Amino acid sequence: MTQAAAAVAIGVQRAESPGLWTLAWRRFCRDRVGLASFLIVVFFFGLMTASGLHLVAADWSKEVGDNYAPPTFMGPAVPDRSLAAPQSTGAGSADVSNPFDPLAGVLAEIRAESGAASIAEATAPTLVFGADKWGRDVLKKTIKGTETSMFVGLVAAFLAAFLATVFGALAGYYGGWIDDFFNWFYSVFTSIPYLLLILAIAAVLNQKGTLTVILILGLTGWTGIFRLVRAEYLKHKVREYIQAADAIGASHARRMFVHILPNVSHVILVQLSLHVVLFIKSEVVLSFLGFGVGVDTVSWGSMLNEAQSELILGYWWQLVAATVAMALLVTGFSLFTDALRDALDPKLK
Amino acid sequence: MLAYVVRRLWQTVPTLLGVVLLVFFLFTWVGGDPAYLLAGKISNPEQIENIRRQLGVDRPYYVQLWIFIQQVATGDFGESWATNEKVSAIFATRLGPSLTVLVPLLVIDTLLAIAAAMLVAYMRGSLTDRMVMIGCTVGQSISILVYIIVFQYVLAYQLGWFPVQGWGSGLAENLFRFSLLPIIVGVIVSLAPDTRLYRTFFLDEINQDYVRTARAKGMSETRVMWVHVLRNASIPIITNVMIQLPGLLAGAFLIERFFSIPGVGREVILAVERSDFPVIKAVTIYVAIATMIINLIADLLYRAVDPRVQLK
Repeated sequence: MTQAAAAVAIGVQRAESPGLWTLAWRRFCRDRVGLASFLIVVFFFGLMTASGLHLVAADWSKEVGDNYAPPTFMGPAVPDRSLAAPQSTGAGSADVSNPFDPLAGVLAEIRAESGAASIAEATAPTLVFGADKWGRDVLKKTIKGTETSMFVGLVAAFLAAFLATVFGALAGYYGGWIDDFFNWFYSVFTSIPYLLLILAIAAVLNQKGTLTVILILGLTGWTGIFRLVRAEYLKHKVREYIQAADAIGASHARRMFVHILPNVSHVILVQLSLHVVLFIKSEVVLSFLGFGVGVDTVSWGSMLNEAQSELILGYWWQLVAATVAMALLVTGFSLFTDALRDALDPKLK
Repeated sequence: MLAYVVRRLWQTVPTLLGVVLLVFFLFTWVGGDPAYLLAGKISNPEQIENIRRQLGVDRPYYVQLWIFIQQVATGDFGESWATNEKVSAIFATRLGPSLTVLVPLLVIDTLLAIAAAMLVAYMRGSLTDRMVMIGCTVGQSISILVYIIVFQYVLAYQLGWFPVQGWGSGLAENLFRFSLLPIIVGVIVSLAPDTRLYRTFFLDEINQDYVRTARAKGMSETRVMWVHVLRNASIPIITNVMIQLPGLLAGAFLIERFFSIPGVGREVILAVERSDFPVIKAVTIYVAIATMIINLIADLLYRAVDPRVQLK
């Protein structure tokens, strides 16, 4: 009885030899830099989700501080009061209703909904990390910008990886004219420099918005991943386990996406992570130039655009906030990608 | 050799045709009717019809495509919609300023990155190596926009070491007065990723058997690094520099825009802002052709660097 139980126990233990992902996770945990960067990435993911669900920074567009209110640790700005004062009286005088104003009714409604309270309220002279031109909290704005930039980067990377996987699987698995066709497609896309292609598409679409940016980045960014996925499929399709799958009658689609795909997924995962960083950087540049997210959305790029003119006036906090947030996420993500690659492919190095 | 060049040029024809089709597809179907863009807010159907006839967009697609192919073949892309300047003339005048900034930038960046990468690869695993690598990762994660904004503000606006922006007429004035800060910023931005990349190229070579043999024969470390390792690592480095070239031409648009340099990159941004389709079409085709030619030159260079490479 006990012997039988022991035998079963041993059998179970044998069956539980660690798989690829378990081993990779163990290797990953040993890498302290990787683990720290993983925590940063998780933190930013949490921030993005919380902001997306309106748990934090939902009221980022509320004008809670003085115009260009400095960060709290600097104390209230004394000389700047003269600059800020005429603007706030300007906002106040708008309350005086003009009997001929056709929009008076609409404006009053809007003000009653949101604005009235913030104008009536005394605005704070300092905020945790300062305020922008309209007195909005820079910290909340940065959180909202993080949400936009990270969301765009992630979704665009998933789109690019999806396209690249489908194209790469078809080209690598079938070979022949299908391979030729996708290679031709690839060489067409890569003979135009990436940023130029993005700008050309932005010019053609001529409309701003988060979805547009995601589509532009995702539809142009698949080439690098495609090349690697195709090479992996070329390698795998002649292996014995695929011959065995063929022998038991697995269809082409099943062989491609059920048998081979899990064996090349580590390549795709690392590339996905790399492209998130690339796309976040591209989104920042696009939004900075004004071809990116819409005017009512805040992203790191649009913050940097405002910060450029603010810096000349001496208001540096918005620039620093956007820069630090972006540098943290991108550094974290890059180190995480390196650790991921090392963990998934121990032969490297 | 000549046969190889001819065959390679012949192979670029389908790719070029693909680029032409892609650009045509983008600007004809996705872009919508350009007449509405040009006519602006005040327009009547008659005006729009007029503009459509002038642009040739009222003709069937195959005729338009044929006209576009003729444009590509002759290099005559018509006039800019915004300024009525000849598109070919625009690029002829914008190429000079771009090259004034880009050639020194590329040379300085490549030399510095090779030196830095060789040094850290030689001291691999040491504290210096790790600090430089962490510095590169952090430096790379800051947006190029921030580098430009901060350097322009501190070095030009506050300290007054360089002109904030502008462009002169003489080459010497442009090169030694107006290009200096753009070149410095460009080198700083591209140094970090290039050093990281070239370091891996050097590390690949340093562990090879021939390096051990060279050391065993009693060669000096200097000779091993500068002659044996450098020559072998130069093949991937050449590839990387060559890959960067066409992208740089259009990709330096941020630097050109911030420093008001009348180059190709700034022209691209202006064209995108004004929906100036002929200019964007032309630059896309030009740069695609340049990319293909540069790829061919890169392959010929491999042969010069590494006699083992067979041109097939």
